[in-house]
Amino acid sequence: MIKIPSKERALDMYEKMYLIRAYEEEIYYLFFEGIMPGTIHQSTGQEACAVGMLYDLRKDDYMATTHRPAGHDLAKGVSLKSMMCEMFGKAEGCCKGKGGAMHTGDFTVGAMTANAIVGGNLPIAAGVALAFKMQKKDNVVVCFFGDGATNEGAFHEAMNAAATWKLPVIYACENNLYSATTSIKITCNMENPAADRAAAYNIPAEVVDGNDVLAVNEAARRAIERARKGEGPTIIELKTYRRCGHSRNDACGYRPKEEEEAWYARDPIALFRNRILEEKVATEAELAAIENRITEEIKEAVEYAKNAPFPALESALEDIFWQGGND
Amino acid sequence: MAVMSIADALKSAIAEEMRRDPTVFCIGEDEDIPGGMGGAFTVTKGLADEFGFERVINTPISEILIAGVCVGAAMVGMRPVADLQYSDFLFCMMDQLVNQAAKMCYMSGGQVKVPMVMRAPCGATNRGAQHAQSPESYFVHVPGLKVVCPSTAYDAKGLMKQAIRDDNPVIFFEHKLLYGSSRKEAGAINASSEIPDEEYIIPFGKAAIRREGKDITIVANLLMSHRAIQAAEILEKEGISCEVIDPRTLVPFDYDTVIESLRKTGKLMIIHEDHYNLGWGAQLAAYIAEHEIYLLDAPICRVAAYDTPIPFSPPLEEYVIPSTERIVKTARVLAEM
Repeated sequence: MIKIPSKERALDMYEKMYLIRAYEEEIYYLFFEGIMPGTIHQSTGQEACAVGMLYDLRKDDYMATTHRPAGHDLAKGVSLKSMMCEMFGKAEGCCKGKGGAMHTGDFTVGAMTANAIVGGNLPIAAGVALAFKMQKKDNVVVCFFGDGATNEGAFHEAMNAAATWKLPVIYACENNLYSATTSIKITCNMENPAADRAAAYNIPAEVVDGNDVLAVNEAARRAIERARKGEGPTIIELKTYRRCGHSRNDACGYRPKEEEEAWYARDPIALFRNRILEEKVATEAELAAIENRITEEIKEAVEYAKNAPFPALESALEDIFWQGGND
Repeated sequence: MAVMSIADALKSAIAEEMRRDPTVFCIGEDEDIPGGMGGAFTVTKGLADEFGFERVINTPISEILIAGVCVGAAMVGMRPVADLQYSDFLFCMMDQLVNQAAKMCYMSGGQVKVPMVMRAPCGATNRGAQHAQSPESYFVHVPGLKVVCPSTAYDAKGLMKQAIRDDNPVIFFEHKLLYGSSRKEAGAINASSEIPDEEYIIPFGKAAIRREGKDITIVANLLMSHRAIQAAEILEKEGISCEVIDPRTLVPFDYDTVIESLRKTGKLMIIHEDHYNLGWGAQLAAYIAEHEIYLLDAPICRVAAYDTPIPFSPPLEEYVIPSTERIVKTARVLAEM
């Protein structure tokens, strides 16, 4: 078992995980009450992957995410208020209401616009990493993708080039066992669809318990260090599980109940909370204080976003081409 | 002042921009392999001698990767100039161009720009259906992409420099029969120009009037602009005076120059090597019909590649692609209307 970090660090990680959980649960409620428009692809249950992978990135390091971006964005530092406004399609959303649930992001904190084409972000992350290398920067990119993306052609093309060019990119596969409703077992003849393929590209890989935030974080730190030192990419396969459907109105009828129960018993937030308490890093009261504060912040963000103005209609015709002027 | 082919003018534009701006780099398959060709058509040959292989990147045969790397690098301050070898391969990277490059600025709410140039050699050249297309229209249809199609070396250089400096994704079509490179092509046309020694840039959205005339306005791009000029010379002798307009960029499109010409001629003929069905001429025809129909004295007339895959056999290929003769015949009918 990995040693628990300092109190400050442990509580900060816990807070970020709790924020993601509380955010996703609030979004779920808002959506099903019909208050929020659009569709949702939630990361409930995958909080340890987001926080563990991103906790030690610098602000100017980049993160590329998927159609399930909220946890990654919040962990990378996108503001709660701008996320919530984006979910409501409001002008103050992180993408001015033009992105929506599957395209959140904020470049000022290194959170690239989320990518809702499965596998689409893999070569783009390679491009960002190539640019960092050409610019002689020591920045790195963490690129998330799901188990399903490993069967895309883009995966092969990106892995081959990242390895050949020794790019400073960490490919983090959140293997939640299902691509939408289809079990990865019936679409891929490998136990670890991302990590088992790594050898084919001569990329180092690790398979990690994606529900243990400290295990994820330790693997992430190893990979980040390798990338910063110019030693090239790493594939990290995180074994995890959604505590929600793929998208709206998905009751997960395709998942065996015993499997769900086994995974639900290993909830990443409960696991980490218990360790903090067992090892007396913090008290129940201290954790409750964090949780109450987050709950309040989310409540405020929802109220703010609900009352915030929609974008001016003419804004739909802006930003088709870059309007920031030449640099 | 030196006379240059399109291939050399493009190389000179790219090299000048690489010297001027360290964020510009070239990337593609066979981009500049010692002993190789420099892309498929010599444009990038030798660039690594000056700029090194860090800025002239030879890629695997991975079109999704090439386009994706351009999108990613462009988003963090680089200006990639990619080479596709054949525009037919654009279809292998459609997701990255259409869903990614074209939409990033918009989806992000204007947070990020994607300055990249995708060079796409196009046109039918006896290579069969998968190395023959002129697929400009697919990209004209996508909001967020700019589409450029030079037909002379002078334009190629000025437009390439603008494309590299533009802050948006640009699909840059180069016709294989117009390159004038050391790689000889049957049916090639000399599109060389005198290139000024001093730097120049051609802005997007400004058509060029290749030849003035008063009876018919012909709008034609790439190879077809040359055939339109040939046709106009023949027609002139028969007393039919044609104004030939080369749009030079399809997005943005210079409708004004076409409309001004129609005020004189009242007759519009559109010629492209792209297919007839929804080729870019369909948009121009619709636009004129919608906004300026009272300028027209006759139906709009389009001459385009027939709606077939491009056949290999030279006479068949020649039949499918608009020939100077087909243009002349069509213009005679239009002149009589």
